[in-house]
Amino acid sequence: MSQAFVEIRHAQKSYGQLEVLKDISLNVDRGQIVAIIGPSGSGKSTLLRAINDLDPLTGGEIWLDGVQVNKALPHRQYEKHINQMRQEIGMVFQHFNLFPHLTVRENVTMAPKLLKKISDKEANALAEEQLDHVGMLERIDYYPAQLSGGQKQRVAIARALAMKPKLMLFDEATSALDPELVEEVNLVMKKLAQEHMTMIIVTHEMDFAASVCDRVLFMDQGVVVEEGPPEQVFKNPTQERTRNFLRKHLEGAK
Amino acid sequence: MDTELILKVYPYFLEAAVVTIELSILTIVLGLICGALGATARLSRFKALRFLGAAYVSFFRGTPALIQLFLLYFGGPQIGIQLDAFEAGVIGLGVNIGAYMTETMRGAIIAIDKGQGEAARTLGLSREQAFRKVVLPQALRLMIRPLGVNINAQIKGTALVSAISVVELTYTAQRYIGSTYKPFEMFFLAGVLYLVIITITGKGVAYLDRKVRLPA
Repeated sequence: MSQAFVEIRHAQKSYGQLEVLKDISLNVDRGQIVAIIGPSGSGKSTLLRAINDLDPLTGGEIWLDGVQVNKALPHRQYEKHINQMRQEIGMVFQHFNLFPHLTVRENVTMAPKLLKKISDKEANALAEEQLDHVGMLERIDYYPAQLSGGQKQRVAIARALAMKPKLMLFDEATSALDPELVEEVNLVMKKLAQEHMTMIIVTHEMDFAASVCDRVLFMDQGVVVEEGPPEQVFKNPTQERTRNFLRKHLEGAK
Repeated sequence: MDTELILKVYPYFLEAAVVTIELSILTIVLGLICGALGATARLSRFKALRFLGAAYVSFFRGTPALIQLFLLYFGGPQIGIQLDAFEAGVIGLGVNIGAYMTETMRGAIIAIDKGQGEAARTLGLSREQAFRKVVLPQALRLMIRPLGVNINAQIKGTALVSAISVVELTYTAQRYIGSTYKPFEMFFLAGVLYLVIITITGKGVAYLDRKVRLPA
């Protein structure tokens, strides 16, 4: 059986009686960029957070590059396995979650130094390279509190990239930003797209999704209602629920 | 006020203040150790440890420190614990303040945003690494001031051991009242010396807090 780079098979998640993900399957090829859109409470963030097991599924499988992420293993072995898998899955959060007690440089180098046992010199070179990539090199010795929201998010992206992940997850990376700061983060994400980074992006920004993504998933109430290339989902949605959502969203944007 | 008398007895009070300082340091160190263990237990993944931590806190915060001290010093020999007054004072008060410090430390740790640990875990850090490298350094900064409040209370709390005849400041004041019949002067002098110790300690805590504060 040929396997996609990222495979979500029959993902299911419930909190007691409440089922937030109902049998979701999704394949993403290497280098593909997939956007997940949908109203709040649709389960899109839960699905994204299930991919690196931050919110473990109650059923179904996640596969990355031929390895099952949420493998059933005894506790200790599972911890080792998931820590290894997470090194290959970068994640960017809505609220950045930079480490406030570390400088920008230390934010980027902490995990590689600790987990890959690289030298200080290598770590510094890595930090400079990654921060240059997101245009934050001149702030390398600042603390997060001294940065704007957009700058923080760019550093957070550099921090994730420093682990050389195979896959990047973005959980509403620009939702907490002032409108004028959104563009600088979008530009960095576009740059990653051009470099063929595989990305799964939960977003509220339809324009960005339309311009960058290969595929768009519309989720509502724990199911994928519609999926396809952006021009189809945005211009000619086949489902009533998608049309409603997009209409409301456009009204909201005005 | 009899200043002449104060000047005459004050060297003896200084000696007693040294004992108060020793008691303070030892009880605070023991308290910090108990606090760290207590907070670890209360935040443990294991239910039995969480229960143990909660029981520790509720017993030592729920009964008077004086009763705990009497229980240890006077009741101890009945169950085979033989301690001199100073040892009983250090252990009794140290374990007591440790219960308050447990809650202070736990509070600082759970005040750290959940996203911090999550971000560390998504990079591949283990639970233990995420705690040590990301959560704890932030929590430590957060707990300096409230631990300072515990320490302030503890320094004053050492006065309790006068009830089991440890010759510290309060006991010394009482003893000199017996021979001088000047309670105002004796308690006033003891009070001033407590104030000096507490003021210096407070400045130390404030300095430490400033020193590790992150640039904003």
